[in-house]
Amino acid sequence: MADNGVNRGRRRFLVGATTVVGAVGAVGVAVPFVASWQPSARARAAGAPVRADISQLEPGQRITVEWRGRPVWIISRTEEMIERTENSDPGRFSDPDSERPQQPAYITGPLRSSRPEIGVLIGICTHLGCSPLYRPEPDAVDMDDWPGGFFCPCHGSYFDLAGRVFRNVPAPTNLEVPPYRFEGDDIIVGEDEESA
Amino acid sequence: MANPNKAKAEKGLMRWVDDRFPATQMIQDHLTKYYAPKNFNFFYIFGVLALLVLVNQILTGVWLTMSYNPSGEGAFASVEYIMRDVEWGWLIRYLHSTGASAFFVVIYLHMFRALLYGSYKAPRELVWIFGMAIYLLLMAEAFMGYLLPWGQMSYWGAQVIISLFATIPFVGPDLAQWIRGDFLISGITLNRFFALHVVALPIVILALVVLHIIALHEVGSNNPDGIDIKEKKDESGKPLDGIPFHPYYTVKDLVGIAIFLFVFAAVVFYFPEGGGYFLERPNFEPANPMVTPDHIAPVWYFTPFYAILRAITFDIGPLQAEFLGVVFMGGAIAVLFVLPWLDRSPVRSMRYKGWMSKSMLIIFALSFVILGILGAIPATPIRTAVAQLCTVLYFAFFLLMPFYTRMENTKPVPERVTG
Repeated sequence: MADNGVNRGRRRFLVGATTVVGAVGAVGVAVPFVASWQPSARARAAGAPVRADISQLEPGQRITVEWRGRPVWIISRTEEMIERTENSDPGRFSDPDSERPQQPAYITGPLRSSRPEIGVLIGICTHLGCSPLYRPEPDAVDMDDWPGGFFCPCHGSYFDLAGRVFRNVPAPTNLEVPPYRFEGDDIIVGEDEESA
Repeated sequence: MANPNKAKAEKGLMRWVDDRFPATQMIQDHLTKYYAPKNFNFFYIFGVLALLVLVNQILTGVWLTMSYNPSGEGAFASVEYIMRDVEWGWLIRYLHSTGASAFFVVIYLHMFRALLYGSYKAPRELVWIFGMAIYLLLMAEAFMGYLLPWGQMSYWGAQVIISLFATIPFVGPDLAQWIRGDFLISGITLNRFFALHVVALPIVILALVVLHIIALHEVGSNNPDGIDIKEKKDESGKPLDGIPFHPYYTVKDLVGIAIFLFVFAAVVFYFPEGGGYFLERPNFEPANPMVTPDHIAPVWYFTPFYAILRAITFDIGPLQAEFLGVVFMGGAIAVLFVLPWLDRSPVRSMRYKGWMSKSMLIIFALSFVILGILGAIPATPIRTAVAQLCTVLYFAFFLLMPFYTRMENTKPVPERVTG
């Protein structure tokens, strides 16, 4: 084809502009398809944060709420329980300083909680998913110098009141701490402190 | 409308078709006038076998979808229903599950053939890359298919693999949630994996198989001597060392297919669970998010890469071991894509390469097998050390290839194929 009357610059501009508009359109069309993979409204509702009133929680008592299909324990720790947990020899635990990612970033220290007196743990043994038993009193289990904690009856794993796993038991890691925050008398499990 | 250069039938119905569709031309290009080297050995059966297994997977897969229920509540029960109540359902399911393992057996041997005879080297780089893309998608296809029976190993295997994405810094957890479509693996995840396994991935895999074969037939098949048969032609332009694919190799391949089917049928009828490697025992229990199986192992064809993932137990700088494991596992597959540019040898076939290439290939194959064994059994400190050594050897085969293929002395390549 000869150049009879063809404005090459204009043609190049039109082809380029059409390509750009087409590409923008393609990205726009991709948005609903990509976003469609996000959890649906029903899945979000089923996994919504759980609110529990802890004003009536007696010292030493435990309540269990369900969040995303798993039991979440909320325990009220007495001064004595806090002391026993803090004074435990770190050498008895696999991960005394919570270095493995089993808790949100704001959960630190030996008590693994944002308030010393309230402990929040997912009640699923990290070994094979059984639910451990609450044994807060000293001498409640067959272990020397038991500081109080949780005992998994399935394969004999031990955790202290902060959910820290003892050495030489089948469970590999500490009990998981879910994200949570406080609001007045309530605790909200499933929401981070930052988003408050 | 008719292109005079195209091959056409003289008359009749075929002529009518040829005037409208290049049927005769295509049959000649790909079968009756596709000249394949006459010195193919048994390693050259696995491409045809892969095609056969692909047909088996599609046929049995379509039949399985007729009775399968892709929901968290109904999936496990519908597989039991297929096994017990659907007429011949057990056979169709075992053909499909055994076919998945058979697919990887033939693909691994097909790939090993390429390593042995340099079939990835110029001008066959695109044949190799299309093939690697098929292999990658096949792994995705197998992984998603394994979730569908919704047994314990389906569930926890998927849990492990999707958690791999969660280790990516910053975007990982959101990415994993996007893949799951829920906060945990649920019926929602199952349903989308079903759609991808049954519709999306098979379409892409089939398209890539077509591209793989078109690219192969454009450049011609390699052979155990790794020499170009197109360089020596007779006066009519046919390669002297080539024979038409049909009827010569179609008939030869039928023998290989018959032998393959003996073995395949023996597994389907007598060892459909493959000793717990094709169908793992925990998968006979329904998926339960509350209970983790004792020992989670992927299906055998993923175990070499799983062993590499587990071998990375140390942090490097700010990068966590978990993420590095994913990087190494991904790298182990990604490095295969650039293989054509790593091999700097002047010859293609291992027959004429030097002792270094030969030793490295043996070491590589052994490492791959050992990694496969280690990935299937629980890790211990000694096994982890062995896996780390094998991971180093696996990567050494590729990353040192530009050096040892250039340094070594090669043998002279013959003019004509040696039979």
